[in-house]
Amino acid sequence: MGAHPHVGAGVLRNEDPQLLTGRAIFVDDVHLAGTLHAAFLRSDFAHGRLLSVDTSAAKRREGVIAVYTAEDLGDYWCHGPLLVPPPPIAGLTFNTATLVPLARDRVVHVGEPIAVVVAESRYIAEDALEDIVVDIEPLPVVVGLEEALAPDSPVIHEALGTNVAAHVVQQKGDYEAARGDAHTVVSRKFSYDRGVAGAIENRGILADWNARNEELTVWDTTQAPIPIRNGLAERLGLLQSQVRVVAPFLGGGFGPKMMMFYPEELLIPWISMRLERPVKWIEDRAESFFATTNERLQLHEAELAVDSEGRILGVKDVFLHDSGAYDPYGITVPINTQCTLLGPYRVPNYYSEFTAVFTNKTIVTPVRGAGRQHGVFVMERLLDFAAKELGIDRVEIRKRNFLTPDEFPHDHEILFQDSAPLVYDSGDYLPAMEKAAEMIGYRKFLDEEQPKARAEGRRLGLGIVSYVEGTGIGPYEGARVSVEPSGKVQLATGVGTQGQGHFTTFAQIVADQLGVDVTDVHVVTGDTREFSWGTGTFASRGIVVAGSACHEAAIVVRKRILSVASEALEAAEDDLELADGVVRVKGSDLSISLGELAVRANPLRGAVAAGAEPGLEATSYFGPARGTTASGVHAMIVEIDPETLEVSIQRYVVVHDCGRLVNPVIVDGQIHGGVAHGIGNAFFEELVYDDQGQLLNASFMDYLLPTATDVPHMEVAHVETPSPLNPLGVKGVGEAGAIPVGALYAQALEDALQGAVEIREIPLSPGRLFDLVQDAEADS
Amino acid sequence: MKPAPFEYRRPETVEEVIHLLAEYGDEAKLLAGGQSLIPTMNFRLAQPAMLIDLNTVEGLDGLDAGDDGSLRMGAMVRQAMAEKSALVAERVPLLAETLPYVAHAQIRNRGTIGGNLAHADPRSELPAVMLALAASVTVRGPDGERSIGARDFFAGFFETALEEGELLTEVVLPPAVEGGGQAFLEVSRRLGDYAMVGVAASVVCDGAGRCDQASIALLSVGSRPMLAERASACLVGERPSRATVVAAGHAAGNQDIDPPADMHASVAYRRRLATVLVRRALTTAFERAGCVIGEGAS
Repeated sequence: MGAHPHVGAGVLRNEDPQLLTGRAIFVDDVHLAGTLHAAFLRSDFAHGRLLSVDTSAAKRREGVIAVYTAEDLGDYWCHGPLLVPPPPIAGLTFNTATLVPLARDRVVHVGEPIAVVVAESRYIAEDALEDIVVDIEPLPVVVGLEEALAPDSPVIHEALGTNVAAHVVQQKGDYEAARGDAHTVVSRKFSYDRGVAGAIENRGILADWNARNEELTVWDTTQAPIPIRNGLAERLGLLQSQVRVVAPFLGGGFGPKMMMFYPEELLIPWISMRLERPVKWIEDRAESFFATTNERLQLHEAELAVDSEGRILGVKDVFLHDSGAYDPYGITVPINTQCTLLGPYRVPNYYSEFTAVFTNKTIVTPVRGAGRQHGVFVMERLLDFAAKELGIDRVEIRKRNFLTPDEFPHDHEILFQDSAPLVYDSGDYLPAMEKAAEMIGYRKFLDEEQPKARAEGRRLGLGIVSYVEGTGIGPYEGARVSVEPSGKVQLATGVGTQGQGHFTTFAQIVADQLGVDVTDVHVVTGDTREFSWGTGTFASRGIVVAGSACHEAAIVVRKRILSVASEALEAAEDDLELADGVVRVKGSDLSISLGELAVRANPLRGAVAAGAEPGLEATSYFGPARGTTASGVHAMIVEIDPETLEVSIQRYVVVHDCGRLVNPVIVDGQIHGGVAHGIGNAFFEELVYDDQGQLLNASFMDYLLPTATDVPHMEVAHVETPSPLNPLGVKGVGEAGAIPVGALYAQALEDALQGAVEIREIPLSPGRLFDLVQDAEADS
Repeated sequence: MKPAPFEYRRPETVEEVIHLLAEYGDEAKLLAGGQSLIPTMNFRLAQPAMLIDLNTVEGLDGLDAGDDGSLRMGAMVRQAMAEKSALVAERVPLLAETLPYVAHAQIRNRGTIGGNLAHADPRSELPAVMLALAASVTVRGPDGERSIGARDFFAGFFETALEEGELLTEVVLPPAVEGGGQAFLEVSRRLGDYAMVGVAASVVCDGAGRCDQASIALLSVGSRPMLAERASACLVGERPSRATVVAAGHAAGNQDIDPPADMHASVAYRRRLATVLVRRALTTAFERAGCVIGEGAS
């Protein structure tokens, strides 16, 4: 297809002028006359019987228009959908408990909505919340994972009779036999906790039912506008064409905005239809900690069997996973853990068993990385311990176990989250490791810098770890490319966008095919009126799936342009070239602009040949057979104050492989953001619950997101192993940066502390490191 | 995250403020920089019926040198203003050194010196500085004006010696002393967070190089900022040395304080931090006082 001047170039982002000058429209920027404002009354108890809700005083307050409880919803009250049914794994147990729009009879986590007040202002709505009298009889609370499975544990969903949400075993080969042949087996327990997505924009919904046109417009901070449109139409008894869902600019998604449906998402449109007025709800930061999904704890008992050279013979991992109060997202998070644990390594025998557990806490759904962190942590730590026990260098043990390029595609013989077999499409792990080791100065650090610092009383440590990320899963996305009479190109796609740079990367892909400037491709995304088919932005799939659809549609339009131009210029298509917005006969001055061709393709007079379509427009869809596997190596050098245990990052190196780079600046930005997220998870963030299921740090004062002073400069390099599964050769990158950071911290801090402690948990903190060191000293 | 309804007044004189305080009693709250009060109101943890805005009150934002070398700061002096003041840097270097640790630049632009002290958050830096420097505050109420020393002012968890109807109007920082040196240190999770432990140390050495005075104020170690008396006792009358500052650190961390545990720091970790920070702050303070810390015992 000739040169691709735009794909691969770090062009400036098309969306930045709007974003940087404050003109970009977010949900709360949409102001409609007569808008009412909603506020939710949420449970203060983690578990209880909801005896009564008295809203009479709230309804009498001046400025209050309506108050609704579960009783008022009638038939509209029902359990939400099971969003992601589990893959067909033999012997799988799966117990479904999906959430409800407003609690009825029972509350199962703090923050579960009980009633909604609609008023002339948010102030009045919040005043009225204090008027509502709720009678809840507290029930014993399920907080801990092991406790939840004890025979005498209270049961959250009585109909299920158990707190087991799922029990899954996946295996390949024969681990026990491999264990019998092993030279060394390392066994450890691990705990890995995570936290909130922490998007700068919380959730928000504005619904506007137009009774005259019988049309519902919903602005929603969702990562999946089309499925939201489809679901709302079904639930509200409307045609899909009567419902328009717009996900405008979003201040970050990171997974939780892919949840469907949140109670607020179901209720606000319903209320707008009843009251025939626009209704807005903007989640505040405090309620976000309870009402928006997050990711949390897994407890692993794992072992690694190796031969005397450190080659992996097998891995066994048995773990518990916190599902929270409901499991609408199926087993997506723990199955990601199960699959990602294998990493870039050759693992001939694998036994993995997990139990997902209901607890009286906020629902767990994917957050950037989506369970992959937990798996990578377990595997990388086991390799570190095995290396230590065998006296093998930690880089060397990884190199010995990397899959080699001739082993691709590599079938791990288990199922991935998308129900497809876990088959790695391509990868080349050794060069990435060598590059990272070289960039961080691995040998020089160990041989010179670290001993020198130690002699001066300074504690420096290095970490270097590998990971893979399954990205770009199906089912499909679509794109429509149209050349307008102005010569500019309109590109519409169905995926939502939350800051990934889609307005630029999709434009780059199309611009290359149509010979136009990137800024001449106007991207519309996240508006169901503009594009009606698709799923959403999740699982690091935007560029892979929607990007490929853009590519395919652009190819069709290119063909049509050449066909119309061939006629107009009276030249063979092979003699034409497309560049700078015109079609030119090669080696001549004869040319015609895309705008003129667009007019010719849509004539006002004359006959159009039978079967021909008007315009320079095409819609294409792309559905990959399965996901494509990205990978990388992170390395860092830390210094730890031996007295206060304060940690500072001296260097941070990333070598990443997401196949072909569409825009290296945007890819680096994704990695920077991911690493920042990972640093938060590893060393700052933690959702601290007490034994009554109360979250003790539901504000950014005590829930510590990393800030600019906590995130170091990153040195980023790339290896490009194209994916054979899509025409662009791309792999996803949205989550990658966040995935290995916990494992990296653990290794680097252990190294800095000269083996005084063994780190088997995340998150860490100076205080926690102090306690670990104290415990280790007490033991020795 | 919207406050409950409240009434709002913008008086222009201290007399009006005192009058309003008398009228509304404990239903009223004074609004200075609002950096603690407004979030608390938005969480509806505080629901004052009357908010009295001090931002329009005249005469509360002076920053003046006293003839005796002291520094007088009006209660409404913004933290950022004090931070950038050459006069503060010259007269009270410990305050200038500490202010960058107070929250974040945006917060210091609004936050006031007086508001911070009257809020009496035991995790706050400025109260510890006031203690270390033996500063005093001036308050005015229906019965007139009085001065309260920092030791007496911070009474407990978010509690001060302010009586009902009184208003903090001014902070008075005593003049620097010959042979004096100070230092501030803290350990927080992130820059700008409340410290897990912080220390403001002020020492004075006599002409013979012996420690004459040592005030070591700790924050985030209890219900109010506190002076580490046993730590001071390790120093006063002694020639400062590695051994004395180490002993002072241990006395501070293990004897003077009875710190709380929270999600960021255990009791043992707080003791460790106090021990280390006191030793380090004293070492710097003595250096600044012109006393070289000897390695051996004094």
